[in-house]
Amino acid sequence: MAGISDATQMPAGPVVKGKLSRDDILMRGGMMVIALYLIITLALPLYAMLSKSFSTYRVELSQYEFQISDDAGVFDGTILNAEVLNQQTGAIDPAELNTGSDGRLPVTGLFPDFSFRSPVMYQVRNTSDEGRFLVGSTLQDGTDWVTLDSNTFRRVQLRPVKATGFDNFINYFSTPALFNSIKNSLWIAVISTIVTVTLAFWFAYALNRSCMRYKGVFRLIAMAPILVPSLLPGIALVYLFGNQGIAKELLFGASIYGPIGIVIGSIFFTFPHAFMIISTALAISDARLYEAAASLRATRWRTFWTVTIPGARYGLISAAFVVFNLVITDFGLPKVIGGQFNVLAVDIYKQVIGQQNFEMGAVVSVVLVIPAIFAFAIDRLVQSKQVALLSARSVPYQPQPNQRTDLISFIYCAFVGLFIVGILAICQYAALIKFWPYDLSLSLNNYQFDKMDGGGWASYYNSIKLGLFTAVFGTAIVFFGAYLVEKTNGFRTGRALFQMFAMLPMAIPGMVLGLAYIFFFNSPSNPLNVIYGTMAILVICSVTHFYTVSHLTAVTALKQMDREFESVSASLKQPTMKLFSRVTVPVCLPSVLDISIYLFVNAMTTVSAVVFLYSPKTSLASIAVLNMDDAGDIAPAAAMGMMIFYTNAVARIIHLLVSKGVLVRTQAWRTR
Amino acid sequence: MKYLTTTFTSLVAGALLATAAVAETELTVYTAVEAEDLARYAETFNQSHPDIKINWVRDSTGIITAKLLAERDNPQADVVWGLAATSLLLLKSEGMLEPYAPAGVENLDPKFVDGDTPPAWVGMDAWVAAVCYNTVEAEKAGLTPPTSWKDLTDPMYAGHLIMPNPNSSGTGFLDVSSWLQLFGEEGGWEYMDALHENIARYTHSGSKPCKLAASGEIPIGISFAFRGAKSKAAGAPLEIIVPSEGVGWDMEATAIVAGTANLEAAQTLVDFTVTKEANVMYNTGYAVVAYPGVAQPVEHFPEGLLDAMIDNDFEFAANNRAAILKEWQSRYDGKSEPKS
Repeated sequence: MAGISDATQMPAGPVVKGKLSRDDILMRGGMMVIALYLIITLALPLYAMLSKSFSTYRVELSQYEFQISDDAGVFDGTILNAEVLNQQTGAIDPAELNTGSDGRLPVTGLFPDFSFRSPVMYQVRNTSDEGRFLVGSTLQDGTDWVTLDSNTFRRVQLRPVKATGFDNFINYFSTPALFNSIKNSLWIAVISTIVTVTLAFWFAYALNRSCMRYKGVFRLIAMAPILVPSLLPGIALVYLFGNQGIAKELLFGASIYGPIGIVIGSIFFTFPHAFMIISTALAISDARLYEAAASLRATRWRTFWTVTIPGARYGLISAAFVVFNLVITDFGLPKVIGGQFNVLAVDIYKQVIGQQNFEMGAVVSVVLVIPAIFAFAIDRLVQSKQVALLSARSVPYQPQPNQRTDLISFIYCAFVGLFIVGILAICQYAALIKFWPYDLSLSLNNYQFDKMDGGGWASYYNSIKLGLFTAVFGTAIVFFGAYLVEKTNGFRTGRALFQMFAMLPMAIPGMVLGLAYIFFFNSPSNPLNVIYGTMAILVICSVTHFYTVSHLTAVTALKQMDREFESVSASLKQPTMKLFSRVTVPVCLPSVLDISIYLFVNAMTTVSAVVFLYSPKTSLASIAVLNMDDAGDIAPAAAMGMMIFYTNAVARIIHLLVSKGVLVRTQAWRTR
Repeated sequence: MKYLTTTFTSLVAGALLATAAVAETELTVYTAVEAEDLARYAETFNQSHPDIKINWVRDSTGIITAKLLAERDNPQADVVWGLAATSLLLLKSEGMLEPYAPAGVENLDPKFVDGDTPPAWVGMDAWVAAVCYNTVEAEKAGLTPPTSWKDLTDPMYAGHLIMPNPNSSGTGFLDVSSWLQLFGEEGGWEYMDALHENIARYTHSGSKPCKLAASGEIPIGISFAFRGAKSKAAGAPLEIIVPSEGVGWDMEATAIVAGTANLEAAQTLVDFTVTKEANVMYNTGYAVVAYPGVAQPVEHFPEGLLDAMIDNDFEFAANNRAAILKEWQSRYDGKSEPKS
């Protein structure tokens, strides 16, 4: 006992603190640089957007003064303030004073005796330099009196000045046309989620739990929709179920333009996402549980509900929220096939492009972010639990051949496969038709993109450029960032913050990101505004938009590598960067390739993030699909959409071949 | 990052090149004219003025307008050549246009010139509303061709009609503002209430209704005449109907941006845009141009279109635009639940 108390009484020595090596400083510095990248390309633009949503326009009545003459045109010098006049007459409802940047307010209502035929003259002026009013369409922003006869005075319109407040939100929620979209968006997303997850579950179940044939083919088909922009199924549906559609009788007179179209199209483009997640969940289930169920003589039905579903529940929940998020934030599909059914993402587009009401666009964006963040948060929570299910003793489930099950599975999968292939095939067919439906002869006219709106063939090459740039720079930034955050010693807070920033892009809908970029990068006071309208901003936007999934892929791959590598290299006095380039990257090369193909495919198909950011010189293929459809050139839009499909398919094949070659060369150590 | 560096170097290189060619004045010209026409416009202009180089910035009407408004405090454009007059009125009301009476402006139809002296903008050509009528599909549905706007409210056309949404389409807005001018404020809204009952859906763009009519997706599309003529030339079974009450129209116009550093060159360009030569050039795409007596008939264009054009009050349209759109939205966009 004495010895211990002696020890505690020893004088306190210097605090032992690990000295930062040059490598540590380098790695922390690198991490800061990539964190700074995320702050500039994500946090600051979102902040700019949020502040825009609180920027309002209001007519300040107190800023205007009037004088009225007698019938002879003589002024007696009495000055009337507009605010005081309005208190007396109550002519202008206070709600009318809150308006948009384009708001105008006529003033004659303030003068009950006003008649445009009377000989009375009027004088009007601003009391401050900020005040503005129009006479007809001529701007008056001085503080001198402007004298007008009665007939001209009725052409006076007051203009609003900038203010800050909640008025935009109040305005939004008092306009049924706008806030109805919240209900519509949620409704569409819920229905699509239920149907897609159900379809995808049985598809994944058939592939994992039966011994049917052609599983590889079905797997390929199920993944095909990921290669096309989300508006392509919309175009296909027009040809299938539109008024001139080849199968419109199947709808029994209902219109495809509206919720029906959005739901069917959403099922198509979200199917691969749901299928992938559920398939993974089903693949890792434990065969021992089924053996136990069989020895307890449980019926297949009972086994299904007590073993299969609980085993896949995290996958199902995760798939549901991913699909929900994809549908509610998608813009292309409802734009093409939504008809009069307004949804949030299209509202943003209409406010910004149609009405140049950037403030209201920002408000709708803020509203859209809420369900998206909510769905994202639940998804993360669920996915973190999924890992715990798998234990080292699990035995993979092996399906037994069963003629009836296999046949039913095959028929079901064939049905789903037909739906997916059918959508793509009808687009390709329509693209080759000369003039639907009056001249069904084949021609390549629809491929003369240079003759249509949308940017022509140049936009196709721009898209490939964007895809390649995004893949190369994105992979470099993401993988390096993931390496630093995974392998840096200490610096916990910094790493946790970095992880949080890396997760954020997933929760931000593309439309919102694109709009935020306008506010941030187009501001004249921002030194970075030189990149506005260039390919650079499109690349940056795409990298940031698809950051999260790439980051997670990289982190997963890096987690497989023991930290001992770093220790060994440090004890051998090798710089970390040498280890990174000589060992880490080659070992993780399959994941690096996966990240680059993911970025390439998504950059080729994305519409929502870039629709606000392209310039005439950097028009993109996916935007061309949108614009050609918008202009009514639906067949060329289908043709361009299929060009994107083929390009992505070729990219995937190249990726597959390269991966195989790489696997042989760099992953040989994995097998003995 | 490497990409950024290359962009930067090319920017610097570009700036150096620009200063090297001092003999030439460069004008940044914003436009919404079809891309395929721009090269021709610049070429014709350069034949007589080889010393002024035009750098086009082209996009659709809405986006170019938004861009100009966004750059209000720091204008990038020298001249706007070929933008809707309603958009130019918005710019004028922001004090962004430099009033200038181009040489020879008196030759133009006064309808095409801003009312102020000197005018803030001058018109080039007009695009005119019209109804595209698919004869094949209409016959299948047992319809008879309408002759007036009022005819379109007949219950016979229910669900067979498409028009552009004025909130996103300039063509849609010129329809709505023309009805309010033709039928009066109250009558106009009453008319649209009745019309709404027949509309299958509203499209985002102004040309889509006519293209949809051309492809038989809908029998009747309210669009603009030029689009109809083009589709008809492409072989669509279309008839282009000019409603008897008169039709709304908007024009493409030209203006100098206030504060331009190249005022003299800008004035030279605007002088050119009102010449007979320039108007002949506009006539290739547009049947109605500002210079009287120039216009040659454009193939498949409906007859009597010029007489049907209403006496459009652009000031009314511009000053009431926000209020009209709000009213329209609350009447028709709010209750736009899908019709079964």
